[in-house]
Amino acid sequence: MNRIPNRKAICDVLMEEAGKDRDILVLCSDSKGSASLGPFAEKYPEQFVELGIAEQNLVSVASGLAACGKKVFAASPASFLSARSYEQCKIDVAYSHTNVTLIGISGGVSYGALGMSHHSVQDIAAMAGIPGMRVYLPSDRFQSAALIRALLEDEEPAYLRIGRNAVEDVYEEGNIPFRLNRAEVLKEGKDILLVSCGEMVRPSLDAAFLLEKRGISAAVIDMYCVKPMDLETLLLAAEKAGAVLTVEEHSLYGGLGAMVSQAVSLHCPKPVRNLALPDAPVITGTSKEVFRHYGLDKEGIAEAAAELLERGGGL
Amino acid sequence: MEKLEALAYDLRIKVAELIAKSGCGHIGGDMSVMEILVDLYMRHMNISPENQADRSRDRFVLSKGHCVEAYYAVLAERGFFSWETVMETYSRLGSPFIGHPNNKLPGIEMNSGSLGHGLPVCVGMALAGKLDGETYRVYTVMGDGELAEGSVWEAAMAASHYHLDNLCAVVDRNGLQISGSTEAVMGQEDLAERFRSFGWHVICVEDGNEIRQLDAAFQEADEVKGKPSLVIARTVKGKGASLMENRAEWHHKVPNQEEYEQIIRELQERRAKLA
Repeated sequence: MNRIPNRKAICDVLMEEAGKDRDILVLCSDSKGSASLGPFAEKYPEQFVELGIAEQNLVSVASGLAACGKKVFAASPASFLSARSYEQCKIDVAYSHTNVTLIGISGGVSYGALGMSHHSVQDIAAMAGIPGMRVYLPSDRFQSAALIRALLEDEEPAYLRIGRNAVEDVYEEGNIPFRLNRAEVLKEGKDILLVSCGEMVRPSLDAAFLLEKRGISAAVIDMYCVKPMDLETLLLAAEKAGAVLTVEEHSLYGGLGAMVSQAVSLHCPKPVRNLALPDAPVITGTSKEVFRHYGLDKEGIAEAAAELLERGGGL
Repeated sequence: MEKLEALAYDLRIKVAELIAKSGCGHIGGDMSVMEILVDLYMRHMNISPENQADRSRDRFVLSKGHCVEAYYAVLAERGFFSWETVMETYSRLGSPFIGHPNNKLPGIEMNSGSLGHGLPVCVGMALAGKLDGETYRVYTVMGDGELAEGSVWEAAMAASHYHLDNLCAVVDRNGLQISGSTEAVMGQEDLAERFRSFGWHVICVEDGNEIRQLDAAFQEADEVKGKPSLVIARTVKGKGASLMENRAEWHHKVPNQEEYEQIIRELQERRAKLA
């Protein structure tokens, strides 16, 4: 069982690269502990900037630094980063087109019982709606590290959401088939296509194995690049499937499911169901309990896939 | 400096012509901020078309982005682009000369328009200068109504926390905003003390439409060590034409033909006295 959270994997990459490039900066809003960036702050105090509990300022300062040639990674809880500082993300990062990577930590319902104030189930919709903002939800620690390495190589604005807890690996060390802005087909299958992002990828893959046992062949795509979405990979797989099930730790509105539905309905119409969180404050509990409650665990995903096929998805 | 006083009136005339021709713009603030921009760009800051890619250039962000017409006039005067192009294309379909600063244009560092962004962005630019050991200075001009934005005060805290003495913020303190007097909308009469309590060096300019006073203030700010500086420049909204002066409705009113002729006539008269 993996015990390394994605945030730790990101910190490790930034620490490795910061020693070689003094323009790499990490910014936090009293969030270095939550972001696992304490070791970075300790090792590279000259490349770490603390802004205090002031997310608007965090993002604007990040863009001012980037406008002067810095490569900035601003980490703050996704709940606040994607809402409190939304306008700064829109104007100072995306519109002014500054080299800032916004890292939304403890995203989705990671904070479980802390309540809706600390949940970010609107961040995909919010960030994807900003012209020029890229949105990434890596599925495991290996992909998180590969993504950060790729983002270090370009100068475009990006929003990246990761969860708080360690998640089971999707990929294997030494065999991470990462390509920026290209989705990964994790499993081929002919009956149904599961499209997931972030923490929902692993349970979706597990659900596909459960479906195999029931005689249902499911393909699985890791759509970590929610925007720009890899439509080529998506549509190629969707063409072959009888139905499409999307799975995300996000509101039903404006997230991965909505975007996949748009593309599938236009290019290869077929039944699509979006598994997501309801339009209400989520139930109290740990994130695992919350996932189970809403059918976002492997059993729930498998059940939803089987139901969708029974209702007219091709079986 | 007399030349710059006269230039400010020449540019006011251009701005009035631009707004009358295009049918849009924020004429009141354009007129109040003019000498601040003229002194910074023509005398004080190290920014020019020749050095705009140098890492060591001074940085400027117009936080009160709606006064872009005055900004365009000053940037054109400084040689970043031609005023004729501005006159021909401002706010037209597909033009880069839009109603707020746009960093696709030469000389403009950041997009602005939503208030309360300039100061925090400039905190980032000033921090970058400190981290890189550069000696450039960073300037932003805010409106006074803008100071109700909470993000201004988040940035004010960070600027003194990081001892950003390479940062100079200017308030175009014309006392009016779109709904009326700043004091009626959200009072700030103890503004200097407020910023001092945030750890800033504050310089009050009695007449912020006078080049000599502004220039002295910017020079004083240059000398301050260990803390950021704020220049509160008392200006007159609609400065230069009596029918607009100190009247909130001229925040973004477009003059009719009769008003336009009166504005131009009066600006020319005041310009003639300076020559």
